[in-house]
Amino acid sequence: MFSGFMMSTWVVATIVAAVAGVVGFFIVLRGAAFVADAVPQGAFAGAAGASLLGINTLIGLAAASLIGALGIGWLGRSGRRDVATALALVVMLGLGALFLSFSVEYAPEIYALLFGEVLGVSVGEIAPVAALGALCIAAILVVYRPLLLASVMPELAEARGVRSGRMDLVFLVVVALATSLTLPVVGALLIFSLMIGPPAAARSLTDKPMPAMLASALIAIGVVWASIAAAYDTNWPVGFFVGAIGAGCYAAGRGWAAFRRTRTTRPGAWRGAAEHGPQAANVRV
Amino acid sequence: MTRQRLASEQAAEQDELLRVDGVSVWLSGREVLHDVRLTLRQGEFAGLIGSNGAGKTTLLKVILGLQAPSAGSVRVAGRPRTRRNSMIGYVPQKILLDPDVPLRARDLVGLGLDGQRLGIPLPSAGRRKLVDEMLRAVGAERFGDARVGNLSGGEQQRVLIAHALISRPRLLLLDEPLANLDIASEQDVVALLGRVAKEEQIAVLISAHEMNPLLPVMDRIVYLAAGRAASGTTEEVVRTDVLSALYGQHVDVIRVHDRILVVAGRGDGLAAPSPEPVVHHRADPVVHDAEAVHRDAAISSEPGAGDLGAPHEVPAARGAEQAATRLAGGA
Amino acid sequence: MPHLLRIIFQPGFFASAPVHVALFAGGIVAVVSGIVGSFAVIRGQSYAGHALADISVTGGSASFLVGISPLWGFVGVGVLAAGVMDMIGIRRPRGRDLATGIVRGAGLGLAALFLYWDTTHTNTTGAAITILFGSMFTISTSILPVMALLSVTAVGIVAVLYRPLLLSSVAAELAAVRGISVRAVGAACLVAIAVAVSLSAMTIGTILSTALLIGPAATGLRLTSRPGLAMTWAALIGLAATWLGVLLAYDSFYWPPARHGWPVSFFVVTLIFLGYVLAGLPGGQRPRRLAMRPAGSGSGQG
Repeated sequence: MFSGFMMSTWVVATIVAAVAGVVGFFIVLRGAAFVADAVPQGAFAGAAGASLLGINTLIGLAAASLIGALGIGWLGRSGRRDVATALALVVMLGLGALFLSFSVEYAPEIYALLFGEVLGVSVGEIAPVAALGALCIAAILVVYRPLLLASVMPELAEARGVRSGRMDLVFLVVVALATSLTLPVVGALLIFSLMIGPPAAARSLTDKPMPAMLASALIAIGVVWASIAAAYDTNWPVGFFVGAIGAGCYAAGRGWAAFRRTRTTRPGAWRGAAEHGPQAANVRV
Repeated sequence: MTRQRLASEQAAEQDELLRVDGVSVWLSGREVLHDVRLTLRQGEFAGLIGSNGAGKTTLLKVILGLQAPSAGSVRVAGRPRTRRNSMIGYVPQKILLDPDVPLRARDLVGLGLDGQRLGIPLPSAGRRKLVDEMLRAVGAERFGDARVGNLSGGEQQRVLIAHALISRPRLLLLDEPLANLDIASEQDVVALLGRVAKEEQIAVLISAHEMNPLLPVMDRIVYLAAGRAASGTTEEVVRTDVLSALYGQHVDVIRVHDRILVVAGRGDGLAAPSPEPVVHHRADPVVHDAEAVHRDAAISSEPGAGDLGAPHEVPAARGAEQAATRLAGGA
Repeated sequence: MPHLLRIIFQPGFFASAPVHVALFAGGIVAVVSGIVGSFAVIRGQSYAGHALADISVTGGSASFLVGISPLWGFVGVGVLAAGVMDMIGIRRPRGRDLATGIVRGAGLGLAALFLYWDTTHTNTTGAAITILFGSMFTISTSILPVMALLSVTAVGIVAVLYRPLLLSSVAAELAAVRGISVRAVGAACLVAIAVAVSLSAMTIGTILSTALLIGPAATGLRLTSRPGLAMTWAALIGLAATWLGVLLAYDSFYWPPARHGWPVSFFVVTLIFLGYVLAGLPGGQRPRRLAMRPAGSGSGQG
């Protein structure tokens, strides 16, 4: 499976997974799981439209992702966020259905866009994917500190002059870019698993933010490698493995976190409130 | 006399770290704050006291630059309020973080140093030392490596204070830091803040609905009721006539040992409320003489103004000891 | 005037049997979705509805493998997933999005596998399209009674539990104090949502069924603060969008240049979205608080 034509798949998949892991870390931190779901499904419409018009799918994807991401941000400010997101994304999907209905190769194309296509990666795609991937990761690194502060404690960030709105915008754009990278490989419906499972696992492995982000990327790479290998062997779709292994990561992360919690309640382990003395035991907030 | 007064006023103004002048705020058709004035000098500890809805958070937001006042101005260290002001440290009301969030106490404190700067924090011995120092200063070194989400309310409070202090602000604002804390933690936090104010010469403004925990360290008080404020020292502001005017109805100020209680009276037409609450600027301090104290004490000890039975004790405030002995046998 | 009518209602519309089926099935599904969806929106569980829809894909694709109507797969897997999500802790806001997302991801992964097998092992092409984008015009009449029964069930659950459900959705502690099992009521609601989603998966497909679930409901809540009235609006809006969508889809067969017909789900979803946007235009965007009738009294607020 490491022969010539598969090499480009491995390279692209690795880049894509790293980006998904890094971006996913912040998605999970911000509790914005729905964004990771919505933007790809909106991008689906762009990909469909692009293939209809015969232009490079990546461009169509990027455009649709950006529109979707910004639309979510704008709609979210005026009304219930979950409703706005869901409706916007569904309209995009409807458009995608429409575009696809005009094209001839309806069924397989839908399948590839929604569930991913491992063998569809050509050598020529490596360069643009690498460039875009590097851009995404660089963007995250540049806004790392203010984004971290704004994600974890928006009030503190505001008081320091970090505009939450601006951070939101930057983040949504990065998510859009990451989506357009990841979608062809993993499929619109399963990008989510790749962006949520690994970070959820990573956060239970370490307390420190930067190592958690790195772990998230590494785990995502591992998931994708395992999925490609398994798909190659069984001929089953990559998406199945990404979904299954992603879910496994999440479950493992939750389990490990629960295990750690039981360990700290042993007597002798550090437990803050107990240090203050008897009267502090009244109110443990 | 006037020229001297003017000169001393100007000198006083330059010393001021915070000057809120005639600030009014209208929100959703309601006047949330009306003509609020207060000043704060370095090293001073001021309590912003008021119940929920009195306007405390709004006032803090105005000072932080997060809310534009409909009228009036805010000057920090003589300069008008701009959005990015590194001279102000802010401790928000405690927000419980999810224990799943991978952020340690020391990470949050470190973000206080450079959280608004772009890029990633490069590990450096100097940075780590600063963070350690700050954690020690607030008594949080024991749990510096624990996740913020796993800390108790009081512990998180300390971490938030360290986060605000590490960038060496000259003005520290805290939004209801004592809410939800048990008594021991409350005392610890107040003592810590008092120490910080004096040692680092930082002006501290803390909002609370109860003034008593702050009495040991509080130099000035800003008393908010329904958007109107009375500011000055505790002796100047926490008086029956001042607070009655502020509330627009008769209230009694009762001092028991070293605690103060503000109790709603029966409104028997005593102290007729004046429309403007009394505001004491630094330039014209209220003169304390035994007579004035006696007069106040007489008002608050009138029968029917609270049904308290035993004669009140007058607080051991400046110059009031004589009045206390005079009243000891009074009715 | 007759000329205009003929343009709006292309020839054969009223006579066509598939149109009758579409109007009937689409109609009852819209009404059910509007009513049940109102609760989904009130409870802030729009995302769960979406997750359930995606998970239904698994069921639908499995049923193609087995050779039964996709409705059984939708409902079976949907209700099962509702139970799992409830167990994982969908009620707690913390981790709720993550939990539903991961269940969804696993389900979709499985769906990917089933659909792949559908195309390679069975002779059904276009299983993906049927499942994902609906089969409004190709629903077999034999399944109609089942759909009607399921619709009645879903609405029945919500009707029987109306007051406890409303109270526990808006103020869970108040409900608990009155002896309402918030958890049981929540689980029942989730099951109702799963059934509604399965039904609309049949007509407009799983991917777009979220629109029918929450769009009209959100629109209704924008128009009024009274829950009962909002639900009525939701049902009516969903119905109107569906019927109009059916009409437009039928007409689109006659539209130049391609004359091949646009997907009905596209029309329905776009109309719903337009309705939502239009409802938000006049006046402010303040989120409305529900006006609840005090128990026992005749007149309420709002």
